[in-house]
Amino acid sequence: MTQSVLSRPEVDAPPPPPTARGGRRRRGQGVAYLFLSPWIVGAALLTIGPMVASLYLSFTDYDLFEAPTWIGVENYVTMFTGDERFWHAAWTTTKYVLISVPLKLGLALAVAMLLNRARKGVGLYRSAFYAPSLLGASVSVALAWRAMFSTDGTVDRVLSSIGLDLGGWVDQPQYALLTLVALAAWQFGAPMVIFLAGLKQVPRELYEAAAIDGAGPARRFLSVTLPMLSPVILFNLVLETIHAFQAFTGAFVVSSGRGGPSDSTLLYPLYLYQRGFTDFRMGYASAMAWVLLAVVAILTALVFRSARRWVFYAGEDR
Amino acid sequence: MSTVSTAARRPIAPGRVVWHVVVIGVLLVLLYPVIWLVSTSFKPATEVISTLALLPRDPTGENYAEVFDGVGEFGVLHYFWNSLAISVGAVIGNVLSCSLAAYAFGRLHFRGRGPMFGFMMITIMLPQHVVLIPQYVIFQQMDMVNTFWPLVLPKFLATDAFFVFLMVQFIRSLPRELDEAATLDGCGPVGVFRHVILPLLRPALITTAIFTFIWTWNDFFSQLIYLNDPEKFTLPLALQLFIDQATQSAFGPMFAMSVLALLPIGLFFLAFQRFLVDGVATSGIKG
Repeated sequence: MTQSVLSRPEVDAPPPPPTARGGRRRRGQGVAYLFLSPWIVGAALLTIGPMVASLYLSFTDYDLFEAPTWIGVENYVTMFTGDERFWHAAWTTTKYVLISVPLKLGLALAVAMLLNRARKGVGLYRSAFYAPSLLGASVSVALAWRAMFSTDGTVDRVLSSIGLDLGGWVDQPQYALLTLVALAAWQFGAPMVIFLAGLKQVPRELYEAAAIDGAGPARRFLSVTLPMLSPVILFNLVLETIHAFQAFTGAFVVSSGRGGPSDSTLLYPLYLYQRGFTDFRMGYASAMAWVLLAVVAILTALVFRSARRWVFYAGEDR
Repeated sequence: MSTVSTAARRPIAPGRVVWHVVVIGVLLVLLYPVIWLVSTSFKPATEVISTLALLPRDPTGENYAEVFDGVGEFGVLHYFWNSLAISVGAVIGNVLSCSLAAYAFGRLHFRGRGPMFGFMMITIMLPQHVVLIPQYVIFQQMDMVNTFWPLVLPKFLATDAFFVFLMVQFIRSLPRELDEAATLDGCGPVGVFRHVILPLLRPALITTAIFTFIWTWNDFFSQLIYLNDPEKFTLPLALQLFIDQATQSAFGPMFAMSVLALLPIGLFFLAFQRFLVDGVATSGIKG
């Protein structure tokens, strides 16, 4: 533990050690653990313990009522080779993540660019665009979604009136997932606010220099905005991807917990819930949770690896 | 129009007008579902399914009267109080436990701090599904399923690591001289926490409180798992129960209840919008 105030604050930067007064330091130790005791109890009993337990349970057959019986890797084998709904849920979730995350971030960036100017009302607009991020996770909004995208709902009627007679989206397997994508994209406000904060950090001189060199708006966006914003893009991308893999409420409400029609809204967390808390196959659900964790961890690691190639930190080359 | 902040160049007025029109237009499309939800909740049953008109032709409070009368066995207020009890409990828990932990991580020295802090950071990213089932078993063994404890107790154990992180960041930005001055005046670590850190930490505490309230209020997954007796149901659960029973004619009351469920969030938003948005901007809360 050295004086590491030079490192950026969000990484684990220990504060400088107190001046060489060992006595005070030792006395502080006990008090520190006292302050930390709720967290330590929580971490041990509600995080580490349960993680170990769920890893163990994933190798068992467990219905919550009788003691778990060890069955080795059978849950995993069944999952990968004998469970069509598992693969279906995995594929549905993949589609959901691949469409909703870029759409959401794209909208967030577009609106952030639109709002990034010093004008009257910007603060108010920013707040208003952020509002759906607070409301969107609720059952209420999911319910409104279900009604708006049902047969004869608002969306159906509007589309019919312009000759697109698609019927209710939530009732048809080929469109139902799109309602969830729309619900996710609707909540672009949170990443937008983060993009806006990032855009404010881009030095004006860079744009001026680019303009003098004859760069048009598109060129300036590609050569100044995007590279300068890339750390923020990385942050939003990781956060939103992890978030998207765990989407649950919308899928549950739109399909009354069934994931239908024809399993088209059966997102992975919903299937995990069904296996665990409807079929009481707790061992299987635990195995599914660990597969989810592995996939999310690997994806995050891959994104960070790729980041070396596309994320530009302004401080680096100075 | 350029994409840059152009305050210095003072573009001419028509451009500004166009900009405001575009922004407001996009906003209206975006907020349409909410406006529609609120307006539909004031429509009489016949109008709910028959018209596309945004505003009710014949506004009525009957949908609201009906949900106050009863959804299932209880009136909407019953569910409202349940949601409120859980949310307030969660807020108290998070503010207390997270600030204690954050002070230790941000200011005190103890063995194992690095690894513990690292572990805490990892838990921010951890999908709750990996701990879900054993946690459920624990609460079941303690006979706490179908009570509010599984939803509140973890908050008193600083399990929302994100807020610990938020406060650690904040505490690290506070000048250390203040601590040292207090120490010279005879304060121990507890005194420094109470008299120096805690008062200065207020903005972070408020951000934590607001977000904890809204997330707990909106939470569906944990409540769905831990509460199964309608008497213990919260607003989201009662709403879900409602949907499954509802025929088309019950849409009006259902929307009235949805609006009531969104109301506290709306009020919080209006009261604290700056806090909320700045909280996201500076710390990356996902919202």
